[in-house]
Amino acid sequence: MTQSSLSGSAAIVGLGATEFSKNSGRTELRLALEATLAALKDAGIDPSEVEGFSSYSVDKVPEYEIARLLGCKDVKFFSQVPHGGGAACAPIMHAAMAVATGVAKVVVVYRAMNERSWYRFGSGSYGFASTPIFENVNYGWYMPHGLHTPASWVGMFAQRYMHTYGATSEDFGRVAVAVRDFAATNPAAFFYGKPITLEEHQASRWICEPLHLLDCCQESDGAVAMVITSAERAKDLRQKPVVIKAGSQGITSGQQIMTSFYRDDITGLPEMGVVAKELYRQSGLGPEALQTAVIYDHFTPFVLPQLEEFGLCERGEAKEFIRAGHHARGGKFPINTHGGQLGEAYIHGMNGVAEAVRQVRGSAVNQVDNVENVLVTAGTGVPTSGLILGAA
Amino acid sequence: MADSQLLTDVRALVGREYGRIYAWDEVNAPMIRQWCEIMGVDNPLYTDPAFAANSAHDGLVAPPAMLQVWCMEGFHLNNYAPGSTTENPYEVLKLIESYGYPSVVAVNSELTFERNLRPGEKVYYTTRLDSVGDEKTTGLGTGFFVTLVMNYFVEHKSGDEAVGQLLFRVFKFRPANNHTVEAAPAKVEDKPVVKRPKPGMSDDTRFFWEGCDAGKLLIQRCTQCQTLRHPPAPVCIECHSFDWDSVQASGRASLYSFVIMHYPEVAPFDHPNPIGLIELEEGVRLVAGLVGVKREELSIGQPLQLEFQTFDGELTLPLFRPVVG
Repeated sequence: MTQSSLSGSAAIVGLGATEFSKNSGRTELRLALEATLAALKDAGIDPSEVEGFSSYSVDKVPEYEIARLLGCKDVKFFSQVPHGGGAACAPIMHAAMAVATGVAKVVVVYRAMNERSWYRFGSGSYGFASTPIFENVNYGWYMPHGLHTPASWVGMFAQRYMHTYGATSEDFGRVAVAVRDFAATNPAAFFYGKPITLEEHQASRWICEPLHLLDCCQESDGAVAMVITSAERAKDLRQKPVVIKAGSQGITSGQQIMTSFYRDDITGLPEMGVVAKELYRQSGLGPEALQTAVIYDHFTPFVLPQLEEFGLCERGEAKEFIRAGHHARGGKFPINTHGGQLGEAYIHGMNGVAEAVRQVRGSAVNQVDNVENVLVTAGTGVPTSGLILGAA
Repeated sequence: MADSQLLTDVRALVGREYGRIYAWDEVNAPMIRQWCEIMGVDNPLYTDPAFAANSAHDGLVAPPAMLQVWCMEGFHLNNYAPGSTTENPYEVLKLIESYGYPSVVAVNSELTFERNLRPGEKVYYTTRLDSVGDEKTTGLGTGFFVTLVMNYFVEHKSGDEAVGQLLFRVFKFRPANNHTVEAAPAKVEDKPVVKRPKPGMSDDTRFFWEGCDAGKLLIQRCTQCQTLRHPPAPVCIECHSFDWDSVQASGRASLYSFVIMHYPEVAPFDHPNPIGLIELEEGVRLVAGLVGVKREELSIGQPLQLEFQTFDGELTLPLFRPVVG
């Protein structure tokens, strides 16, 4: 395996976050600034040194306002990656590319949202109009029939996956139970101290069959920010460097946003397969080199094919992996040790990247032993992204 | 429910007359000119003495809509002209507010004129608390409609002359719980009919919806390589030809996957709402609602038959029904 010039060039050196809640009581701009300043303080880097920013849709906080308030004078790189949660890992990759190429020496990555108190992605009402722009036309195949929430789009894949591989609602439930168990011991998690049982999962009401309420992540307010600089400089900073060993985005055949229903087979996540292949190529690592992972869990069913796409188990066998408890506390490959978006908070995946940083630093509340490399994935069903973070 | 003590206190005030509030200045040409300039009024009857003298009014008059202007407080709050009453005609609002109705919005301001005012005349008004309605709930919140009537007079040595009236109504209320964006949809008396969302339509897809209107399910076909495709697109995925036509689907299909929507319950859909990923026998898939299904009988692979249904008299959708037997 050859390593790319991106691998190992940059490191996450600062991490900041607000509390996670259902109503932050303050503006998204303020949340973004609180997290960003905390991340810079954590890194020991002065705000005036920031030369780049990256976030992802639909972050409403513009980088120029953060730059203005931080007092930045020399900002040479900024990007906002499309496709919401699917982009959750991409800003880190973009930041690493900017640092690796010398365009910007210090880049802040952030995601701030009052998704729960100001707007909700699952409302089923998006105001798509009839003007012939692509998005309106595309959602025109679904909205008139009432297939209008993320849960409904995911459900269509999940039903076929269950049919094809014999996975059950209980298997999805085992994902939820394991991450809620981690959340129960994470004081930053919204569901701290509130584990669930498989029986409670099965008894929870239907949101969209085959998804129960407890298959769906919560909605949250909060912000997370990180600081990325060169791996070289990271050696001299106060935190243990978290090296970006690989980063990739992914789109492949038949790609749509949440509705890639027209592929020959809809039981996999081939765009995540693109990401997996590229992450392993860049890093020169394979699944055996990972000790833990943060697997995007907006809805439990999509956790299973992600394990398969990354070669953590064979195609169609994620249910056995889950039934064996490999993904849970004490298992051979614990995932989402912060409690996932199901248990900690839904900060559109950025809080998952933060957990990977803590696992590499060795500072996670549910720390896995001897962590060298951590996989992080972003939103599924959409054009997506992923990272491998590790120790220097 | 409103507090009964509040209702008693308020009713005791209704009908009360409040004393005079005088104008700071007599009706005068400079204020008229400035008012006309600001309001964009260019009628020379108000500003041109020669024109006005030759008009039916025999001289300058003030714009009727200025009636309220003459007796307004000065630049500083509650700074009324000397001799004005110190009573507060709005005391009822303070009373209602003390029972937990902090917000106010003006809802009516109706002027009635007896005659035109002329420069040199001195105006005052008195106020009557005309009515306080029963407690009502609107889109804004819960509270009371309060109506005040101000009667305007011009002083004469021979006796004061009524020149106009202002009916002023406000809604004094406790706001609905609408501090989040999603809450408090405006309540309206006639609930609007919620229609099915209409699809966005482009030059690439219009044929499909026009086909539905004609009772045909049309599948786009590349005329170069004959590949069928759905959703429609401007170019063939296989050969990149922009040339296409369409073929009519037989309507025979099978269930490739499905969901049953329960929550959120969004109008106008029924809940639970079964929706299928349908595989047409021609080989392409589309999403469509399922009709005539029993939950326990739904299974992937089951045969389905197309039918059309028109919603709201304007949107015809393809739907699929299980084939029995």
